[in-house]
Amino acid sequence: MTRPRTGYDDIVVACPTTVPYVRYSIRGAHWFLAAALGALIKRAGLGKDQLDGLCVSSFTLAPDTAVGLTQHLGLTLRWLDHIPMGGACGVVALRRAARAVQSGDADMVACIAGDTNHTHSFRLNLATFSQFARDAVYPYGSGGANASFAFLTAYYVRTYGATREDFGKLCIAQRANALQFPHALMKKPLTLDEYLKGRLIADPLRLYDCVMPCAGAEAFLVLRRVTAEQLGLPYARILATIERHNAFPDDPVQYRGGWALDREELYAQAGVGPKDIDVLAAYDDYPVITLMQIEDLGFCSKGEGPDFVRRESFTADGSFPLNTSGGQLSVGQAGTAGGFLGLVEIVRQVTQKPLGAPVNNARLGLASGFGMINYDRGLCSGAAILAAGQ
Amino acid sequence: MTRPLVRPPRKNPILRTRLPTLPPGTRSRVALGLTAAAARGRFELQVCRDCGTVQYPPREACRACLSSRLDWRAQDGKGELVSETTLRHSHELFFRERMPWRLGLVKLDSGPLVVAHLHGDCGTPPARVRVRAHLDRAGQAALVALPDKDTPHMADDRELRELTCDPKFRKVLVTDAKTALGQALVEALVDAGADLVWAGEAEPWKKPPGFERIKALPQVAIVPLDLTDSRAVKQLAGEIGGRVDILINTADHHRNFGIAARDGVETARAEMDVNYFGLLRLAQEFAPAMRARGADGQSSAVAWVNVLSVFALSNFPPHGTYSASKAAALSLAQCLRAELAPAGVRVVNVFPGPIDDEWNQTLPPPKIAPARLAADIVAALRGGAEDVYPGDIAQDWLERWRDNPKALERELAAMPYA
Repeated sequence: MTRPRTGYDDIVVACPTTVPYVRYSIRGAHWFLAAALGALIKRAGLGKDQLDGLCVSSFTLAPDTAVGLTQHLGLTLRWLDHIPMGGACGVVALRRAARAVQSGDADMVACIAGDTNHTHSFRLNLATFSQFARDAVYPYGSGGANASFAFLTAYYVRTYGATREDFGKLCIAQRANALQFPHALMKKPLTLDEYLKGRLIADPLRLYDCVMPCAGAEAFLVLRRVTAEQLGLPYARILATIERHNAFPDDPVQYRGGWALDREELYAQAGVGPKDIDVLAAYDDYPVITLMQIEDLGFCSKGEGPDFVRRESFTADGSFPLNTSGGQLSVGQAGTAGGFLGLVEIVRQVTQKPLGAPVNNARLGLASGFGMINYDRGLCSGAAILAAGQ
Repeated sequence: MTRPLVRPPRKNPILRTRLPTLPPGTRSRVALGLTAAAARGRFELQVCRDCGTVQYPPREACRACLSSRLDWRAQDGKGELVSETTLRHSHELFFRERMPWRLGLVKLDSGPLVVAHLHGDCGTPPARVRVRAHLDRAGQAALVALPDKDTPHMADDRELRELTCDPKFRKVLVTDAKTALGQALVEALVDAGADLVWAGEAEPWKKPPGFERIKALPQVAIVPLDLTDSRAVKQLAGEIGGRVDILINTADHHRNFGIAARDGVETARAEMDVNYFGLLRLAQEFAPAMRARGADGQSSAVAWVNVLSVFALSNFPPHGTYSASKAAALSLAQCLRAELAPAGVRVVNVFPGPIDDEWNQTLPPPKIAPARLAADIVAALRGGAEDVYPGDIAQDWLERWRDNPKALERELAAMPYA
C-alpha cells in the first residue's frame, strides 16, 4: 500500500530564466551557470546572500560538482543538491527543491542547469557517458544518441505505423513556435519537404529529427508562495510531480517510459486529467520520444500516437499546444539545460509571461522530462503539473 | 546477399596511404571478460552462479539477485534482431571513414539485449540472427550479428572484414615454407584466395618432397629468408616489407632435450636463435611497415601470426630448452602485440600441441597433422580470435592450465616418454 503523498501546498516556482544559447562557446560550464544564477537573482530582486539553497545540473562542470560551484560563485548555502539526470533534471530538481522549502530545510532554492559546448566536448561526453555506453555502445559505430534513438524510432514505426510525415508534423509545428521565441537557434521556417529531404543521419532518422547540441543555461526559483508575493514575483503552483528510474527493464526495445507507471498518481495528486492540460512541454531530443510521452501521459492510448498527431495541431494556437518555445529540436539542446527548457516554458505560459508564442488562457501546464541513455534506453522519466498562481 | 570482393586495383603511388585509426578501445575491467573470451574465439557472457541469470553489458553484480558470483560462460548467440539502423554519421574517425555502418539491436534467446555490428545479409527485423564475439581493430571484443544460416560470400561483408583478417586478396609472407606445416600453409592460403604468398626458404639446398609443387603455384614466390641472419631479414624487408599484409612466422628450431641430457648450450642457443631472436629480427624489420599500413584500403596489413607451441605455457621437460625458447617467444609476442595495436594489426599466437613431424616422432598420438594446423591458422585469420589452441592436445593442455597451472606442471614432469 502506498501512503497518500503530501501535496506541495504553498510551494511555488518563479523567475523562469534563460541564458541565450550559442552553438559553440569557448567559456566553461561555470560561466553559463553563473550567468543563469545572476540573471535569476536579479529578476527576483535578491542578493545572492539571500539564497540558502542551490540545485545544479551540468554535464560539463567536471571536475567540479555543485560543491565546487559554491566556492566558485561565492555562495554560502545550507542546502545543496546536484542532479545528474540529464533530460529529467528539471522535474527532479523541482521535486527536491519543493520538499526542501516545504520542510523548512531551505527558504529559497535556485535551480540551475547549464552546459558549455566546445567544438569537441560533445564527442568527449559521449565517449565517457556511462560505463555501459563505453563498454557496449560507443565502440559500435560511435553514433551517440542518434543511434540509440534510431533503434527506438525504427521499432516504433514498425510496431505502430508512424510515418515520416507524422514526425515531421511535430517538428514543423515546433519550428513555427520557435520563430516567435527569441532564444531559439533555429530562425528559419521548416517545410515538410525540407524535413523529408533532410540528410540521413541514422536510418530512419534524418537531420531535422535530431537535436543540435549547443551551449546555454536555464534556471528557476522555488520558494514559498508568501515569499513570492512579498517579492512581487509571478509564480506557478506545483500541483503534482512524478519521477521513475529504469522502468520496464524487460521490454526488449523501449516503446514506453516511466510515465506509463506513474501517470495515474500524477493526475490523482493534481486532481485533474489529461484533458484539463492547456499546454504540454514534452522532452523532445527526437520526435519519437514526444510521441511516447503523449501516449504514456494519457493524452491518447499506446499506439495511437500517429493518429493523434494526424488529428491535432501543435502550434501555440493549435488544438494541442506543444513545446511552445520550439522545444530542443528548434531552440537547441544546451546539455542539461534541455531538461529545464520545457519546465521553464510551462512556468512562463501559466504565469502569462511567454517570451514567444502565447497559449491563450493557459491555466494548467504539464512539463515532462526524459533522460540518460545509459545503455539502450532512457532511464529517467518525470513529469510535473503546474498551475497559474492563485 | 553479400557482393563478392573484387581484386583491388593496383595501389596509386601518388595518393597518400591512409593512416590507421581505431574504434574506441576503452573498456571497464569487468567488460574485459568479454575480450578474454573473444581472444580465444568464444562468445561468453556473465551467468549468475546463484540464480542463473545471463546478463549484458558486463556488471559487477547480478542484475537479478545482486550476487557477485558471476561466471563467464559460453553462449550460442542465437537471438532475434528487434531493431536496426544504418549510421551515416559517427563521432569517431574509424567509423567516419567507413560509413555507412549497419547496427542491430538483438534480443538473445538467453535473455540479454545486445547492440551489435550487423552483417549485411541479416534480414530486416524481426529476423533470427547469430551473435558472435570478435576482436575488433582496437583488440577489444565486439559483438557481430550474422545471418541465421551461412550465405554465399558472407566473409566478404564490409563490416565483417573489419573484424577479421581474411587472407582473400591479401599478400602473405610464410617465413619457412619448406616444413610440412609451411607447405600446407602456403597451399591453404592460396586456396583461401590470397593474392600472393611469399614462401621463405632458409636452406636452398634442401629439396623436401612436395616443394616443387608449391613452387609451381602461380600465386607463390620463393624468397630467401634465414631468421638467424640479420642482414638477410633486413634485405627481404627492404624488398617486400611494404607490401606484406599478413606475416606468418612458421620458422622453428626444435630438438628434444632437457637440461641433463646434453652438455653445453649450443642446442639451446640454436633454438633461441630461430624461435626467439628470429622473431625479434623479423619484428624489427617487418613490423614498422605493417604498422604504417593498418588502414591501407580493402587489403590493408592486418595480422602477424606466430606459430608457438602449447609448451610455451608450461615447460615440457623432455623438450625443455625448446619449451623455454617458445615461452620467450610468447613473451616477445605480447610486446609485439602492444606495438602493433595502434595500427589495428592483430598478433595471433598459435599454440599447437605436438605436430606430427620428425621431432615429435617418439610422442604418442594424438598429434596434430600439419595440414590440419594450416587449416586452423587460416580459420583463425577468418575469425576473430588472437590466441588459438588447435587440436585435441592443445585444448586439453589449455583446459588443465586454466584450471590449475601447478597441477599441469606436475603432470608434465611425470609424463613417462620423451
